[in-house]
Amino acid sequence: MTEKHKLVVIGNGMAGMRTVEELLKLAPELYDITVFGAEPHGNYNRIMLSPVLAGEKTLDEIMINSPQWYARHGITLCSGDPVIKINRRQRWVMAESGRKVRYDRLLLATGSNPFIIPVPGHDKAGVISFRDIQDVHTMLEAAGQYRHAVVIGGGLLGLEAANGLRAQGMEVTVVHLLDTLMERQLDHAAAGLLREALESRGIRFAMGAQTEEILGQERVSGIRFKDGSQLQADLVVMAVGIRPSIDLAQSAGLHCQRGIVVNDTLQTFDPKIYAVGECVQHRDAIYGLVAPLWEQARVCAGHLARLGYGQYQGSQVSTKLKVTGIDLFSAGDFNGQEGDEEIVFRDLRRGVYKKLVVRDGRIAGAVLYGDISDGSWYYDLMIEGADVSELRDVLIFGQAFAKAAPAAA
Amino acid sequence: MLQTTRTTCPYCGVGCGVVASRDAAGKIDIQGDPEHPANFGRLCSKGSALGETLGLSERLLRPEIDGTPADWDHALDTAAGRLRQIIDQHGPEAVALYVSGQLLTEDYYVANKLVKGYLGSANIDTNSRLCMSSAVVGHKRAFGADIVPGCYEDIELADLVVITGANLAWCHPIVYQRLVAARKRRPELRVVVIDPRGTATCDIADLHLALKPGTDVALFNGLLKHLAEKGHVAEAFITDHTQGATATIEVAAQTRLEQTAEICGLGIAELQGFYRLFAAHEKVVTIFSQGVNQSSAGSDKVSSIINCHLLSGRIGRPGMGPFSITGQPNAMGGREVGGLANLLAAHMNLDDVEHRAIVQDFWSSPKIADRPGLKAVDLFEAIHAGQIKAVWVIATNPVVSMPDAQRVQAALEACELVLVSDVRRDTDTVRLADIVFPATAWAEKDGTVTNSERRLSRQRGFIPPPGQARPDWWILCEMARRLGYEGFDFQSPGEIFDEHARLSACANDGRRGFNLGGLTGLTKEQYDALEPVQWPIRPDGSGTPRLCGERFYTPDHKARLVPVLYRAPRNAPDGDYPFVLNTGRIRDQWHTMTRTGLSARLGSHLPEPFVELHPRDALLCGTADGTLGRVRSRWGDIVVRVKHSVEMPRGSLFVPIHWNSLSASDARVGKLVNPVVDPDSGEPEFKHTPVQLEPFTVDWHGFVLSRRTVNCEAFAYWSKATGEQCQRYELAGRGCPADWSAWGRALLHATDTQADYLEYVDSTASLYRAALILDDRIEACIFVSPRLDLPSRQWLAGLFAQDRLGELDRISLLMGRPSDPAADAGPVVCSCFGVGRNRILHEISAASLTTPEAIGQCLKAGTNCGSCVPELRKLIAEARSAA
Repeated sequence: MTEKHKLVVIGNGMAGMRTVEELLKLAPELYDITVFGAEPHGNYNRIMLSPVLAGEKTLDEIMINSPQWYARHGITLCSGDPVIKINRRQRWVMAESGRKVRYDRLLLATGSNPFIIPVPGHDKAGVISFRDIQDVHTMLEAAGQYRHAVVIGGGLLGLEAANGLRAQGMEVTVVHLLDTLMERQLDHAAAGLLREALESRGIRFAMGAQTEEILGQERVSGIRFKDGSQLQADLVVMAVGIRPSIDLAQSAGLHCQRGIVVNDTLQTFDPKIYAVGECVQHRDAIYGLVAPLWEQARVCAGHLARLGYGQYQGSQVSTKLKVTGIDLFSAGDFNGQEGDEEIVFRDLRRGVYKKLVVRDGRIAGAVLYGDISDGSWYYDLMIEGADVSELRDVLIFGQAFAKAAPAAA
Repeated sequence: MLQTTRTTCPYCGVGCGVVASRDAAGKIDIQGDPEHPANFGRLCSKGSALGETLGLSERLLRPEIDGTPADWDHALDTAAGRLRQIIDQHGPEAVALYVSGQLLTEDYYVANKLVKGYLGSANIDTNSRLCMSSAVVGHKRAFGADIVPGCYEDIELADLVVITGANLAWCHPIVYQRLVAARKRRPELRVVVIDPRGTATCDIADLHLALKPGTDVALFNGLLKHLAEKGHVAEAFITDHTQGATATIEVAAQTRLEQTAEICGLGIAELQGFYRLFAAHEKVVTIFSQGVNQSSAGSDKVSSIINCHLLSGRIGRPGMGPFSITGQPNAMGGREVGGLANLLAAHMNLDDVEHRAIVQDFWSSPKIADRPGLKAVDLFEAIHAGQIKAVWVIATNPVVSMPDAQRVQAALEACELVLVSDVRRDTDTVRLADIVFPATAWAEKDGTVTNSERRLSRQRGFIPPPGQARPDWWILCEMARRLGYEGFDFQSPGEIFDEHARLSACANDGRRGFNLGGLTGLTKEQYDALEPVQWPIRPDGSGTPRLCGERFYTPDHKARLVPVLYRAPRNAPDGDYPFVLNTGRIRDQWHTMTRTGLSARLGSHLPEPFVELHPRDALLCGTADGTLGRVRSRWGDIVVRVKHSVEMPRGSLFVPIHWNSLSASDARVGKLVNPVVDPDSGEPEFKHTPVQLEPFTVDWHGFVLSRRTVNCEAFAYWSKATGEQCQRYELAGRGCPADWSAWGRALLHATDTQADYLEYVDSTASLYRAALILDDRIEACIFVSPRLDLPSRQWLAGLFAQDRLGELDRISLLMGRPSDPAADAGPVVCSCFGVGRNRILHEISAASLTTPEAIGQCLKAGTNCGSCVPELRKLIAEARSAA
């Protein structure tokens, strides 16, 4: 019996483990697999942290793979033990614990780090990000003891954090640099509706506000804005974006720009090393959402399994906000470009707003608010690149109506 | 308690009896009067909808001076003062009255008396000039008096009915229905329709002669020649009772059959077919109307028709005769009182010294007009020239209805004093008035009218005049008194009628056919109870169904055959204006829509102004069906919807007369019409103006339905129609707004950001749809598209009746189609029962219906007035060809 090839996976997150799962389906016996994870847990569904924070789900419910699962598949799991060095020439990695593991193929799935604004006071107690289970614990604790929370960042994550903290009973103010929320996922109109909906839940907003300093002694007590005004805060959650976690790759001499640069097979500039997930820069794009990870994982697993004909050509992304009672969907290039066409539907009393961006007779982007039942239909049409010219007049009324109605009379 | 009043319909010249019932709550029900000999209980779509035109929203309810409300005394004093000043300074010739066939005989009588006996001029003319003055000339030339020889019953008794220049089915529906019924009873009754267009009347035609516009004289001269040559001359009658037969035949015989065929654009066989039919039937009635009259050769056309009836002796007996069907309810009454510039009074003549003496003596008036005044076209021309400095327009809308209407508008704009009596607070003409007088409307008026068969009927008011509205006779008398004239102390219309009746009998030795002698000295009760009766009226009060059997009203009591030669319409089409414009009425509208425009039922049949033409001509013009087109003549241009119709002859356009500045952006057909008149009658040539048609390009089409008025003046095109619970606006625009949403909200009065407003925007495609909801009810909606693919107005208008819009309705609303296709009944075909096109088509295929009667049984459509029966027949054919 010849020795199996060795696969080392750095990162026990969703991207890495999804790749492993796909790989096991294709070639269960090909590799001896070792997984290193920085967090001291098994693998969990990071995007469900928001419902956990909001008290709608428990941690157990969001765990993906149990320790038994790793054992069953012969995977060595080293959790709470981050890798600190890669030796590409000798093909081994070493973790913080000193554990050293040789590899034939290495998969980098180091994910991303939340970006902490380097304002004075950013290292005070009570200033956290919203990235992992530890952050959720911190927030839940704070909610039990303190009253005033400030979330810096009106993006997807920031609003989910704000909603969660509000659900936990805190007075929450969202501080956002721009005038419009979730500007990367929503157009102006939908963002306005979203803000109204969140305001009606008691969340306050400081828009167009630039944080200059975090105040307090040991622990945060407030923040000060550039215009001099201040806001009381016992907890500050920074959710202003993520940075691909590339330090390890860079130190190993892998070609990186904003992320670890990979080709269409998810291979880095070292042919033995692959990378997937938020740490990756593919065709200049960096993805922070879950759907592209699944696609990357599938392609990468194929190549690792030596069935390497799949190609990853980048993803069209869609977003759903995980805030209960607020239905919101966006996909593709929803703001459109010069020359794009927009179809808009508004029924504000029903709280419905829909916008489709059409380019060359095809859907290029969509924003749905209030009624997202057709989000996946639009998304599919967009991914397929389907010509929607015939449907155009009824498109926005949704699949059921468009199918029921004959083409425009 | 039901209060029931018998009165007369105020629309066409058929003069149908109406029973108006008013319950305790004031709700009015309108039915045909089963006793009335004109209609025996039937009413057409317009008559049936009279109850829907009684609202006060558009009524003029108080006098105004220079736009400021005034009381009657002030308004009358001011008007009289200004009139007096003009008379003193420029003479009575500087004052004119322009009145209407809508006036009651009593109103008309005092207007005529005022002008001819007191001002002493004859500058009173009327919109009847535009409709039947050629018939008057024809009658007078032939019979020595303006007499319609027969009666409606003759149409039923005839074996051949020739309908020429009349779309009877739409314009005189009840006479048409009597003919339809007669033909059903006697299938051997033959019908010939002579009309350049294939109209709804052709539905019952055994023969349709689509002659070239304006060639009727050639056609009937050909008939005369045929009758003479083939031995169909009534020798004894000709010898004993006529003059001029020989000369007339000679003139007619100059034209060979081949030439006639060429002139008329008809085949020789077609012509001969018609001539033989006429020759073969003794009982022939020839019905003619505006297609004959409204021509530069209108009088000659009438003569050419009468000549044939005289020569063949087909006149004065049951079932035969030439039959002028008048357009207006009281065109005949106006003629009887002499309310035209070239008439005197009571069928007496201006140029007859003896007649002048009779009238002046009878009136004891200070003056008597001794020469004709200005006829309508010349009258407005004289206003334009500044010769006439004051004009009083009563019950008519010349800025819409006159030829070269733009010039008429300019004339009134420049006129020193314009008085207008009307029932509407806003019309194209009221807008130009210095002083306006609120007149009573149909439901309030009391007096008499005369229909096309010389039948006097009472019009009786059944609701009190609203606001300060007063009867026209009262306004005229008050004015006359303030001008210092005696002889206007009438207290009631009955008193005026009595004077009128006495004048008709005054010194009347029988040479004057018009004689109401039997109706003089009626008490108020007798006048109020007056039953419909045909003049001349014998001393015992009985009427006269037929005249012109043997005795005529010329000095020698003989009829005259009048030699006439065909001459082409004045303005021929040419390279620049290659088409001939024909104008006319549509089924469910009346004149300038001041009343029918208020009815939703009537507005839905043909809700937009249009130009109809043959598809191949449309191809040459580049105007697709349903797009907008600009029709242009040398006198003006209008913008209307283009309608293709294979019923239109090549080279001919048809535009309806009804639309005005209140109902459309630019669709007053009068602007196009050449101000050419018949030299004898002064009647304008409405049926023949050279025009061109070009596409009117717009960037978007759209429509608005709204409970509130919408201001659409700024758009390149708009037209407006009354819906059941909303106003309907058809729109088209040039240039798209940068922000459709803001644009739509402003238009629909939805600027409140909290308004329940749903919208669909596709800016690139220029698609915009929006709806304003108020308390769950639809308040307004708008649909815009660069194409003509706009949703069903009928269905959407129906949503306005719902108390609450469901969620599904809200979504399907902006989709522009009902979630249930059966919810869209389609455009109304049967106005009486409000039955839509889609419903009829569906029923035809679902129940395999093959006749209009079968449709009537299923859906009631076509079973009241019957004027949609031709359309039902077409729908059956359509369904069959689609199957």
